[in-house]
Amino acid sequence: MCRPGLPWGQHSATLGPPRCRLLIQNRFLWETTMSRHKFFRPKENIPPQLYLGLGLSSFVLLLLLWSLLTYTGLIPSFYLPSPTQVVQAALQMVRDGSLWDDTLASVYRVTLGFLFSALVGIPLGILMGSLKIGEAIFEPIMGFFRYMPASAFIPLLIIWVGIEETEKIAVIIIGTFFQLTLMVMDVTKNVSSDLIDISYTLGARGKDVFLRVILPASWPGILDTLRLSFGWAWTYLVVAEIVGARSGLGYMIMQSQRFLKTANVMVGIIVIGLIGMIIDLSFRALYRRLFPWMSKGGV
Amino acid sequence: MLTITEISKTFRIKDKSFLALEKTSLQVEKGSFVSLLGPSGCGKSTLLKIVAGLIEPTSGQVHLDGRLITGPGPDRGMVFQSYTLFPWLTVERNVQFGLEIRGIPKKERQEIARRYLELIGLKGFEQALPINLSGGMQQRVAIARALANDPEILLMDEPFGALDAQTRTVMQELLTDLWEKTKKTIIFVTHDVDEAIFLGDVVYVMTARPGRVKAVIPINLPRPRGYELKTSEVFSRLKRDILQLIREETLKATGLSSVLAAPSS
Repeated sequence: MCRPGLPWGQHSATLGPPRCRLLIQNRFLWETTMSRHKFFRPKENIPPQLYLGLGLSSFVLLLLLWSLLTYTGLIPSFYLPSPTQVVQAALQMVRDGSLWDDTLASVYRVTLGFLFSALVGIPLGILMGSLKIGEAIFEPIMGFFRYMPASAFIPLLIIWVGIEETEKIAVIIIGTFFQLTLMVMDVTKNVSSDLIDISYTLGARGKDVFLRVILPASWPGILDTLRLSFGWAWTYLVVAEIVGARSGLGYMIMQSQRFLKTANVMVGIIVIGLIGMIIDLSFRALYRRLFPWMSKGGV
Repeated sequence: MLTITEISKTFRIKDKSFLALEKTSLQVEKGSFVSLLGPSGCGKSTLLKIVAGLIEPTSGQVHLDGRLITGPGPDRGMVFQSYTLFPWLTVERNVQFGLEIRGIPKKERQEIARRYLELIGLKGFEQALPINLSGGMQQRVAIARALANDPEILLMDEPFGALDAQTRTVMQELLTDLWEKTKKTIIFVTHDVDEAIFLGDVVYVMTARPGRVKAVIPINLPRPRGYELKTSEVFSRLKRDILQLIREETLKATGLSSVLAAPSS
């Protein structure tokens, strides 16, 4: 095997020219590290501190890279403002209250659109997943509509609904409703038929099966669908605020771009990202709280 | 008494159809323990599901106490091989499931559930969730759940199949003990010869697909049955006879008839 002790540059009869030897040595070290260290085995768990640490390091590294690129003048501030400039812009918006107003306006629109999609989509999805008739009627047409981009609807929406809040909320709805419903349908369909069968042998009939088996089994998946849908709803924000907006984070971003205030644009994007992340974490926490019985494999 | 008359079942998958059961008939006396033994794919699970009313037979009929079976019901309780506890319910609520549907008041339900949990040796686990239980424990709760509902007949489809060999032996002892205490009519499907003999009053040996009854072997071992029985002379004799019958079918089912020797008669 490999003998690292051999001086560099010396030709060995058994191991060949120096270059090959180094490759063999490195490969040996690499493979031993990979297989010996359990952190590199697929699906092997790592301590939570390591997970958190690595996650935070990614952010820190990004911040360092950003700082490096901007403070050294490598990239002019016209293209990429420095962290300081972004923070200053943010503080300015906080001071004059515009950040709060814009955030509130956006949250209002996204939440309303999302709520509508959820309130209609969840029952419809459950119906589609529980009864084949429901699936037959709705799934093809919804499958068709889900591929239509919400932004393409904007000209129609302007004519139908105007340019006020309703139009913006409608964009959010179009962007989320079909996906949400189809996902809820999938969750409901995937309830184990063994569970349903066994409930029949315990005396359950139609309504019981639905209320006591299908619904409880589906809630975790439905909550997860809501978490994902809210994420998508949030990404439609900018598209929704393209038309006739006078407030909102998307509006603020576009206005700032018009005046080449790149720092403000970045504040907008970061705030959107932060809000999305907070909502996501909240949903996850709620999930863990409500469903302590969930195994990793699902129902 | 359960009467299965000339049940046959053909499954149609796309444009192919295959015969799972061919004119199978059985009789189950009230209070008896019937073992249904057969190689994989012989249709024994299908037969059980037909009795449960979860599958419709292509032809033939099942009668329970003279009543024609047309669908599932609480009179025929069932335990599957897979773990079918409702994961969102505690052990206690799982066992009470059938009782709750029937509208039995809470106090009574709890008492019945506790009684059966004690019978299966899980007293104290009332508030546990299925995710916290081992496979063996989950199956015990599943059995308690089915029994608590007081069915006329209990159908068990290889309930210990997913458990390791040692747990399985202990579960068999638990089951035969439970049977002594409740004297429930049980149809027990298995591919394990030892299990079929140890538990049953009679063993129905089924052929490979398409399945039908090949032989009916009464088991005259003394009751109650203890684990020592498994190494007794009379048990070995029964095992030898039944093994001979089933081996031929297993070879057919696995397609290894030409590779391995046929049983010596």
